[in-house]
Amino acid sequence: MSFQRTQEKLKILSDAAKYDVSCSSSGSKRANTNKGIGDATGMGICHSYTEDGRCVSLLKILLTNYCIFDCAYCVTRKSNDIKRAAFKVQEVVDLTINFYRRNYIEGLFLSSGIFKNADYTMERLVAVAKKLRTEENFNGYIHLKSIPGASDELMREAGLYADRLSVNIEIPTKDGLKKLAPDKKHEDFIKPMKKVKNEIIQFKEEKKIIKSTPKYAPAGQSTQMIIGASGENDFQIMQTSNYFYKSYNLKRVYYSGYVPISYDNRLPQIGSAVPILRENRLYQTDWLMRFYGFEFSEILNERNQNLDLDIDPKLSWALRNLHEFPVDINSADKRMLARIPGLGMKSVYKILNARRFRKLNWEHLKKIGVALNRAQYFMICDSSKFEKRDLTSEKIKGLILQNSKSKYQQSLSNQLNLFG
Amino acid sequence: MQGRNLIYDGTFDGFLSAVFFVFEHKLRAVVIQNKFEMQLGLFSDAETIITEEDKANRVWKGVKSKLSPKGSYQLYYAFLSEQKGVEAILLDYITYAFSNAQSVDKDYSHPSVLKIAQIAKSVGREKHRMEAFVRFRLTKDDIYFSNIEPDFNVLPLISKHFKRRYADQKWVIYDIKRGYGLYYDLDKVEIINMEFPADFKFTKTDSEFFQEHELEFQKLWKDYFKSTNIESRKNMKLHIRHVPKRYWKYLSEKQPN
Ligand code: SF4
Repeated sequence: MSFQRTQEKLKILSDAAKYDVSCSSSGSKRANTNKGIGDATGMGICHSYTEDGRCVSLLKILLTNYCIFDCAYCVTRKSNDIKRAAFKVQEVVDLTINFYRRNYIEGLFLSSGIFKNADYTMERLVAVAKKLRTEENFNGYIHLKSIPGASDELMREAGLYADRLSVNIEIPTKDGLKKLAPDKKHEDFIKPMKKVKNEIIQFKEEKKIIKSTPKYAPAGQSTQMIIGASGENDFQIMQTSNYFYKSYNLKRVYYSGYVPISYDNRLPQIGSAVPILRENRLYQTDWLMRFYGFEFSEILNERNQNLDLDIDPKLSWALRNLHEFPVDINSADKRMLARIPGLGMKSVYKILNARRFRKLNWEHLKKIGVALNRAQYFMICDSSKFEKRDLTSEKIKGLILQNSKSKYQQSLSNQLNLFG
Repeated sequence: MQGRNLIYDGTFDGFLSAVFFVFEHKLRAVVIQNKFEMQLGLFSDAETIITEEDKANRVWKGVKSKLSPKGSYQLYYAFLSEQKGVEAILLDYITYAFSNAQSVDKDYSHPSVLKIAQIAKSVGREKHRMEAFVRFRLTKDDIYFSNIEPDFNVLPLISKHFKRRYADQKWVIYDIKRGYGLYYDLDKVEIINMEFPADFKFTKTDSEFFQEHELEFQKLWKDYFKSTNIESRKNMKLHIRHVPKRYWKYLSEKQPN
């Protein structure tokens, strides 16, 4: 490996790959076998964090940034005047192994611009994964991008070597896609996604009968949507997200605030702010749907098409549904506890455990780590002190924002961490 | 009866032996101290506890029968924090556990249970950090070498993780602060003490000790770290919360050019 040449390629091809925010390396069950290298059984590890605060767990690169397409929102687009480069298959293998051995990374996340055509590109991505698994006995994490339009055979092979496959929808609405990525067809995204979904189902069926069935994409599929590039509202974004979770059993949907990279007038101009807060609100909504038992339509619907930016979506929901409160901490079921603003799932479990020993009061809750500044308006506990005024939603919101400005900001960025 | 002062050898078995002693003699007011922390004079009447494995095992078995697996590992984690006075909290917890018919490890409204859970959490966090922040450098003897200075004594906790992951390479993880390390020889992990040459610098990748390509890989990694960052989303506060500055010293990506 020539150091200088590799160094230059790595700079170009990691720079181009960084807009894909997914960096998860968990959810696989690949154990180290035959004293090989690596192990992807546990939770993924963030080995470092970028200066923008995101988890660095995988070597995230493009195989090449040559591309025959011209998607407006993408730095790699054909019409963009940038330096181009391409890795050889072996170069990616060497980099991955050497980084892994030094405990820099959990594995590889390999994506690519489309050169020649979808299958030609997909073939090379698969070749890298295959080499790592079969020649290097590598058991670390591999995430491959499914190239839109790639053939079923290649997608099947990809899943035999990769832990996760993803195809980014990028643009939440069909109209937006038509406008910004005219070369791409909605069906092209769906095709590999469908194939992978079916293979996973088939694997699970076969596994029941034949124990040694080879693993197929054990960490499942994910996708990403760019936020704020095509004028869509939060309702449309989460509707699409909800649809993909339900129809394709996706493990994760990522939301990536659009980082302006072009003067194209179909898009926000260079210099406009990245919608980081909005992105965070979408993640919180996603979280509420997946872990807190909320239905999509409870949070976003025809009447509420955009999330509040100044308060989190759970608090918004609670303020719209004051008739459900106050909740008694000492008797409420898990579902309702999870709906109290300021209570994370961890606190919910702690409360469920602790209250078997004694009735809980404010002091106990504070020690457990409940954000009482928000929760206090929505709950009662073993104490005669509780909010007795009949406050309106507006009033509660005002009190929370005013009494807890700094702490609130803090918890906001705390939640940002969650989603690294 | 007067308060008693017990001194143990700093090991977990030693501590458990002291606990055994406390129960055996039904002691009430008692202070258990690590011999390295013992303040002379103040405890002139201190009794030295001899570490006895079978006694330690009996206490540990009792603890495990009283608590969930999570509860007992929290005790061990908290012990490894080496925090001043942690022995008193551990003893209070164990006493409480033995006096209760049901398992108490989730009773977070009990002060010692909560405290131990909190300390164990910090130790757990440090364990995860070390699993993340260890940076191996390949030496001329083909050993992947790493030095760390963790806040708590987490080497015993990370051994399994690294053994499983790096089964086909020799490695050393050395705790400079505590003066001992782990060495994996492709077969088993051993505890080692090392003498470093006078001119060996932990933050420098000297070609006298490390392989020729080692610096190149560090350079590539550093480049990667830089170019995967999105400048317009920069958030140093968040960055530093995740990677506190005290860890930067040995991170390859944080080395000056
Ligand atoms: S096909 Fe992919 S790499 Fe090519 S321009 Fe579109 S988004 Fe970018």
